[in-house]
Amino acid sequence: MAQVSTASAAPASHRLRRARSRVPLWHVLWLVLAAIFFLLPIYSVVRFSLEGILPGQGIFHWYQTVFDDPNFRSSFWLSVQISLETVAVSLVLMVPTVFWIHLRLPRLRPVMDLITILPFVVPPIVLIVGLAPYIEKFSWLAVRPEVLAFIYVVFALPFLYRALDGGLRAIDLKTLVEAAESLGSSIPGTLFRVILPNLRAAIIGGSLLTVAICMGEYTVASLLGFFTFPNYTYEIGTSTAYEGVALTFISFILVWAMMLALYLLGRGGRAAAGVAIRE
Amino acid sequence: MALVETAEGGLQPDVLAGTVSRKRRRARRWTFLGVLPFFAFITLFLLIPTGKIVLDTFETATGGFTLSNVDAIFHAPYPSAFEFSIELSALSALWGGILGFLVANAVLHHGIPRWVRPAYLSFSGMAANFAGVPLAFAFTATLGSLGVVTVLLKHLGINIYPTFSLQGLLGASLVYLFFQFPLMILLMVPVIEGLRKEWREAASNLGAGSFGFWRHIGLPVITPSLLGLMVLLFGNAFSAYATAYALGISNLPTIQIGQFVNGNNGYDPQDAYALAFGMIVVIVITIIIYSLLQRRTSRWLK
Repeated sequence: MAQVSTASAAPASHRLRRARSRVPLWHVLWLVLAAIFFLLPIYSVVRFSLEGILPGQGIFHWYQTVFDDPNFRSSFWLSVQISLETVAVSLVLMVPTVFWIHLRLPRLRPVMDLITILPFVVPPIVLIVGLAPYIEKFSWLAVRPEVLAFIYVVFALPFLYRALDGGLRAIDLKTLVEAAESLGSSIPGTLFRVILPNLRAAIIGGSLLTVAICMGEYTVASLLGFFTFPNYTYEIGTSTAYEGVALTFISFILVWAMMLALYLLGRGGRAAAGVAIRE
Repeated sequence: MALVETAEGGLQPDVLAGTVSRKRRRARRWTFLGVLPFFAFITLFLLIPTGKIVLDTFETATGGFTLSNVDAIFHAPYPSAFEFSIELSALSALWGGILGFLVANAVLHHGIPRWVRPAYLSFSGMAANFAGVPLAFAFTATLGSLGVVTVLLKHLGINIYPTFSLQGLLGASLVYLFFQFPLMILLMVPVIEGLRKEWREAASNLGAGSFGFWRHIGLPVITPSLLGLMVLLFGNAFSAYATAYALGISNLPTIQIGQFVNGNNGYDPQDAYALAFGMIVVIVITIIIYSLLQRRTSRWLK
């Protein structure tokens, strides 16, 4: 994008170019202010997590105690498990649906746009008020963490749909499918062998965002009584503030790594990198 | 477009018309079967639960029609919770909206070094996703009563406590700003990029500086989408639960609903439904305003 604008600025007159390349002071001011606002809490988290350490303990003492806690491992593992289940269910549900709509039912696209916006506007807390009575009715369901995965599929829907929709828009779907059919491929065969490889960036991007949502989701998990990683962070933080802040830094690194991966994915991933949770 | 094979079939001689239409009908039936699992899932996990709230709000325990549940929202402590939530959401949306716009505009300036844009945008992607419990803890470590910045200010002779608190309007909106601000940057960048370059050049040729351009062209064109996105930020803050809960704010409808679901309030489902219904009403109003503003936007921007 940057190249495009500088290229078009080149033939402009000298006066114009000089005016453009000079950055107004207030732009710099806003950028610096934003940087301070964003970096100050992160700096504070790092500082805070290294405080309150007794002599003889290492400087990473709070990280050490957290890593040694079996509850850390079990809650983290539970969150990872739920995230992977959510990704699996979302992809199985969404990839064929979006593919099919693009191929055969383009009339449904406005309907899909509307439906996939809904999870973004219905607050999670409202959704859980409606769902809780049903989940409580089936006691065997209420204790299975898989039930979270199914609810998280709803939360991930707007992001995954947009990623897949963008990915499918970018390829010449009809030609690809016709070519595959004329070579004797069935529709499912075409989907797996032709379309999926073309959607790789969109699928990975959408999945990364889904994982980011699931790893940080607190509302539903806590209200349904599952001890996921954010719940563990909360519990620890209310008893030992230092450990809670150390966990905060770990969560920060986690989200940051996923967003970085999304960014490195390039255009396809970045297009998917809309934005995410309201927590 | 929709049915490739049958569209070709339509060009066949009339003799085949009967079989074609039967084939087409069967094809269409199968076509819709393809999206059935998705719609079944959405109905089960999204439409039925949301619909149930609306229906149950107007239902007595025995199944009759009533308005008394809605009436419950207007009795203490609920109105003050809605009031505080609306104030907090509006304040954080206003701050986030204005700052997000200013930073998005600065990031897109041609003279800015090349590394700035990806750095700010990817960081915004991160910060917009960094919400909930860790965010609340991060601000407690920063501006809590023992926070790093609080202590630093105390050394400089500035005591922000007890006037300031992270549970108050100012403190909480500052915490919310950490995800509202970057969200606005991400949403605003494509809008500013959509401003046509010819307008900027035309304004520049007529002698307008950056300020003149924004005052006479940029802002009037962009205002509907600026307001629209701020409305979106409002809704975003209004439905927040985890951040507020971990901060220890209790005067919000989301938190009060949570207490009902948790069973801490002896779970009176009727009040929870009424509160949830009240939230749905606010959200629906938000969406209507957003879509009205969005319609005005599409007239000028690409």
